[in-house]
Amino acid sequence: MDLSREEERLLESDNPTIAKCMEILVALGEIFGADRLIPIKSAHISGISYKNIGEEGLEWLKNLNAKVRVRTTLNPAGMDLERWNEMGLDEGFARKQIEVLKALESIGAELTLTCTPYYIHRPSFGDHLAWAESSAVVYANSVIGARTNRESGISALASAIIGKTPRYGLHIKENRVPAVLVKVKGDLNPSMVGYKLGNEIDGIPIFKFDRKLSDDELKQLGASLASTGNVAMFHVVDQTPEWRDFEIPREKIEVDKAEVEDDCEPDLIALGCPHLSANEIIEIAKIVEKYGKPKKRVWLFTSRHVYENLDNLIKRLEGKGIKVFRDTCMVVSPATERFECVMVNSGKALTYLPKLRKVKAVFGSTNECLRRAFE
Amino acid sequence: MRIGGRIISRGVAEGVAIVSRRKFSFLGDVDVETGVVVAEDSDICGESIAGKIFVFPTGRGSTVGTYVLLRMKKKGTAPKAIINVETEPIIAVGAIIAEIPLIDRLEVDPFKIIKSGDRIKVDAINGWVEVYGDRKDQVEA
Repeated sequence: MDLSREEERLLESDNPTIAKCMEILVALGEIFGADRLIPIKSAHISGISYKNIGEEGLEWLKNLNAKVRVRTTLNPAGMDLERWNEMGLDEGFARKQIEVLKALESIGAELTLTCTPYYIHRPSFGDHLAWAESSAVVYANSVIGARTNRESGISALASAIIGKTPRYGLHIKENRVPAVLVKVKGDLNPSMVGYKLGNEIDGIPIFKFDRKLSDDELKQLGASLASTGNVAMFHVVDQTPEWRDFEIPREKIEVDKAEVEDDCEPDLIALGCPHLSANEIIEIAKIVEKYGKPKKRVWLFTSRHVYENLDNLIKRLEGKGIKVFRDTCMVVSPATERFECVMVNSGKALTYLPKLRKVKAVFGSTNECLRRAFE
Repeated sequence: MRIGGRIISRGVAEGVAIVSRRKFSFLGDVDVETGVVVAEDSDICGESIAGKIFVFPTGRGSTVGTYVLLRMKKKGTAPKAIINVETEPIIAVGAIIAEIPLIDRLEVDPFKIIKSGDRIKVDAINGWVEVYGDRKDQVEA
């Protein structure tokens, strides 16, 4: 990989944070065959929950001695910063989580604490980014037409501090070509379609649906695809911004069924993986209008940003006995570990709850989840 | 004899080699407390990689593993240096933040010239590896 004289100097920097970050970008560039580093518009860092990074991760973050050079947003933490007590978390955990956030704030990151940073600062078509958080990566590439590889928390952080990323993979137009056409027959749940397909396909899929999907459905489709597979981008015929730029691939799959069986009775209904958009919260509020109080616990997860814009609506939901948490989610917070079985409307949460939180999970549409909670 | 290679994580180290022909994951294949390999299907199961020059083909498995090398380094159970045939991102980034020298793509197949017990120097500043052969006695000194 070719480095400019300035980049060579950063690699030899007296500041170990700068030198290490540069070393990470150069190593990844070498491994993936990048020709050079390119400037990025923003970085999004994952690995924020103390539960996931532990003491070593915290120490590494605390030792960082540099400022980010581009707008840098953060993934959800392990708790709602104000209501962690209501989530059943102890003070020891809360203290450690705050330490993680202070360390990241001191390098200049915005404490967005959401997996949907695109609701706060939406990138533009063609922007180069270094984003971790697989669901945000898929959304940025597929729905917005920005360009990012699937970064790890640490490589995204290194890019934030240097302001650049190695040029390979999805930063290059030719690599965004679809490899397989997926025809979806009938009105299947897009999140379930993604969940089922993730590990079946290699390369970028181009979907053909019988109807137009909403932005929220595209978000769900991508999040699920990325959770069961390595997918970082998809196209949808007649919908996504780059689908016309390539020929439709000859390889074809047809999907006419996408279901999973329930194997437990939920004691928590958790919606908001990825974090709920304003529209999704409005939709949930409409659905629950016809119900009284829930018979099961209902937890919603969204970003502080969306929450603050919907203050009144959220007060109504809370009045009904629904908890709306910010800054965290059912997948990264240890709060979900005390439940037996969690019902979700997300293929991503269905994948990760058993793996990361060791709890069982069942799937239903938003309507089915709420019916199960209230009836 | 010096053999050229590609620098991934910068640094210099000298020590005794431990060679495995299996793909390795620092998350699960090794006991972090002791540095002893616990993966039952490994050809070095039961042996320690702590303080050794660890030679293996490449990494495998979960991205959650990045901080494990840092934890091992703090506990004193990490390898002194790593030689891979062809490295991958999880081990590369893990080695960089733990300050463990890592070199890959040697000009010669490492399995042909390095065996467990050999004394080796890894220079991942200038990009070479030197194999001194089976002289354990000198290393302990």
